[in-house]
Amino acid sequence: MNMDNSKKAWLYLLPSLILLGAFLLYPLLDVFVYSLEEGFNFASQTYLGVGGYNYLYVLHDPYFLQALKNTFILVLITVPVSTCLALLISVALSSVGALRQLYQTIYFLPYVTNTLAVGLVFMVLFQKTEYTDGMVNLLIQWFGGEGVDFINGPYWAKMFVLCFYTVWVVMPFKILVLTSALASVNQDYYRAARVDGTSRLRTFTRITLPMIAPMLVYLVITGFIGAFKAYSDAVALFGTDLNAAGMNTIVGYVYDMLYGDSGGYPSYASAAAMVLFVIVLTITCINLLVSRRQFRG
Amino acid sequence: MDIKLQNLTKRFPGRRRGGSGEVTAVSDLSLQIQDGTLVGLLGPSGCGKTTTLNMICGLEKPTSGRIFFGEEDVTDLPPEVRGVGMVFQNYALYPHLTVLQNILFPLENLKGAARPSREEMRRRAGEAAALVQIESLRDRRPRELSGGQQQRVAIARALVKMPRVLLLDEPLSNLDARLRLQTREEICKIQKKTGITTIFVTHDQEEAMSISDCIAVMKEGVLMQQGHPQRVYDDPSNLFVARFLGTPPINVFEAEIRGQVLYLLGQPVMGAPGVPDQPVWVGVRPEGFTPKEDGPVTCDLDRVEALGRDVSIVCTHPACAAGTVRAIVSSAREINTDCSKMRFGLQPDKVFLFHRDSGARIPFCPVS
Repeated sequence: MNMDNSKKAWLYLLPSLILLGAFLLYPLLDVFVYSLEEGFNFASQTYLGVGGYNYLYVLHDPYFLQALKNTFILVLITVPVSTCLALLISVALSSVGALRQLYQTIYFLPYVTNTLAVGLVFMVLFQKTEYTDGMVNLLIQWFGGEGVDFINGPYWAKMFVLCFYTVWVVMPFKILVLTSALASVNQDYYRAARVDGTSRLRTFTRITLPMIAPMLVYLVITGFIGAFKAYSDAVALFGTDLNAAGMNTIVGYVYDMLYGDSGGYPSYASAAAMVLFVIVLTITCINLLVSRRQFRG
Repeated sequence: MDIKLQNLTKRFPGRRRGGSGEVTAVSDLSLQIQDGTLVGLLGPSGCGKTTTLNMICGLEKPTSGRIFFGEEDVTDLPPEVRGVGMVFQNYALYPHLTVLQNILFPLENLKGAARPSREEMRRRAGEAAALVQIESLRDRRPRELSGGQQQRVAIARALVKMPRVLLLDEPLSNLDARLRLQTREEICKIQKKTGITTIFVTHDQEEAMSISDCIAVMKEGVLMQQGHPQRVYDDPSNLFVARFLGTPPINVFEAEIRGQVLYLLGQPVMGAPGVPDQPVWVGVRPEGFTPKEDGPVTCDLDRVEALGRDVSIVCTHPACAAGTVRAIVSSAREINTDCSKMRFGLQPDKVFLFHRDSGARIPFCPVS
C-alpha cells in the first residue's frame, strides 16, 4: 500500500521532474563540465584536457574582476536601500486613507513598464553631451552645482545611475509584497498595543516588523539573487559594450564570453557562471541562517 | 472604580457617498456600574455591545455622551491613560513573544517615573502569571498554548498594569464547551480576588447570568434592561428581554384580554384584574407549567425528554408563536406519555403579559 502510494507520487511528479531535469539540472551539470574542459574548441567540440585553468583565467581577467566589483557594489547598495525604501513607502501607503488605490497603482507602474524603455528614459535624463545637458544636470546646475555626465562620465556617477535605476525598478514588487503583508497583520494587535500605550516607534519595531519579517526575509533573499544576476539594466543604460564602459556585471561577462565581440569561449563563460552560482548560493545560505537565528532568539 | 455612562451614542458614517447609510451602533445608552462588580453586557450579535466596550476602553470615540470613571470624565482621554485592561476576543497575544514577554509588554511601555525597575516588572509579571496560574508556561510562545491558556495569558497581560477597569470582549467564545464552564468560573474568581471592576461582553445569556453581579441587556444599540441576573429574569421589562434570557427560552403565545380575563384561543386561562381589553403576548417560562388534569392550557404532546434532574415536555399549541412549547417539570412527577393531549396549569409568577405591538411589559397581578 505504502509502496503503491510512493510509486503513484513519483508518477504524478514525473512530468515536472522531466522538465526540471532537462532544462535545469542537465544544463547546470553541463555548465560545470564545460567549466572544467581546457582549450575547448566550439567548432569541433573537442578539448585538450581537464582542470581548473578556466577558473584561473577568469579570476585573473581584469574584466571579470571589474564585473565582480560592480556586481558586489550594486548588490550591497541596492538591496538594503530598496528594501528600506519599500518598507517606508508601504507603511506610509497603509496609513493613507483616501486615494490609497491610486498611490498603489502609481507605485506599481514601474513593474509593468519595459526595462529597456525605462533605461532609455534614464539615459536621456542623466546624459550630458555637447548637444544636451539632460534634466538631471539642468537641475544640478540650477542649484549651483556642476554638471556631470552620468552615462559616459566618471565611474562613481555611472554606478550611481545604475544603482538608482535598479532601486527604481525593483521597488514596485517589494512595495506590493510589503503592503499586502502589512494589510494581513491583524488589527487587534494594534488595538491591544494602543490600550497598553505603546509608542508608535515601539509598535513598529516590536509588533509590525516581527509580523512581516518572513516577507522581509523573502524580499532580501530574492533581492540579493536578483541583483547578482543584474545585466539588462546595465545594457539599457550603457549599451552592449559594458567592458569598455567599465560597467559590466558577472552575468554580462558570461554573455560577452559566449556571444560578445570577443566571445566564443563557452569554457570561460561556464567558469564565470559557476563562480556566480557559488557566490549566490553562499549568500543565500548565510541569509537563511541569519534570519532563522533572528527569529529563534 | 464606579463607571458611569451618560447618554452614550455612537454613529458610524455610511460607506456610501455622501454619508448615507449611517449606522447607529449605540444609541443614548446610560448605565451605572458599581465599583468592584462583574458586569455582563449581553445581547445578540450586532447589538452594539462591543462598540460600547470599545468606547469604555477608549478605542472608539463616542459621537455624543460622556463616560465617567468615578468622578473623572474620561471621554476624551486616550486608552493608555484611562487605566483600562482589555482582553480581546482572539486574545491578540503577540505570536513572536513568549508568555512572559507578552505579559511584560504593557509595563515596558511605561515611561518616566511610572516605569518600574526591571526586577519590579518581573515581579509584577510573575504575580499576574500566578494569579491566572500560568507560571509554568512563561517561556512558551502563544501558538504552543491551548485556547484556555492563551486566554489566561491575555488576562494576565491585561491585569499586569493594575488597571482600574478590566474589559473582556467575548472572553469565552473561542473555547470549547467544557473549557468555557471552567473558564467562566475562573474569570469570576479572579475578579473577586482582585476586586477590579470588570465588564465583559457576551451573546450567551447563560454565561452572563451565571457569573455576573449585574447584567445589561442590549438590542440594536439600545439598553433594554439592567440589573441583577435573577431579577432581570424574574421581572423582564419587555418581550425581547424575556425571550433573550433563559434556556430553554420562554414560551410566547398570542392571547387576548377580555373583561379582565386572559384568554388563550378563546379559553379563559387566568384573571388579569385591572388590565384593559386588548390583544397581548403572553410569555410563560418553561418551569411555569404544571401538569394538571383540569388545567386551562391544553397542548398536543409531541415528546418527553428526560434530562436527569428534570423532564422536558415538548408539545405544540396553535397559539404559540414559535410552534413548539417546552415545559420543564421535576422528574419526580409521573407523566402519562400515552395520551396525545397534555393539560397544564400555570404558575402565576412565571407568566408575563406584553403589549402586542410594542412588546412592553403589562404589569398585572394574576388570579388563577
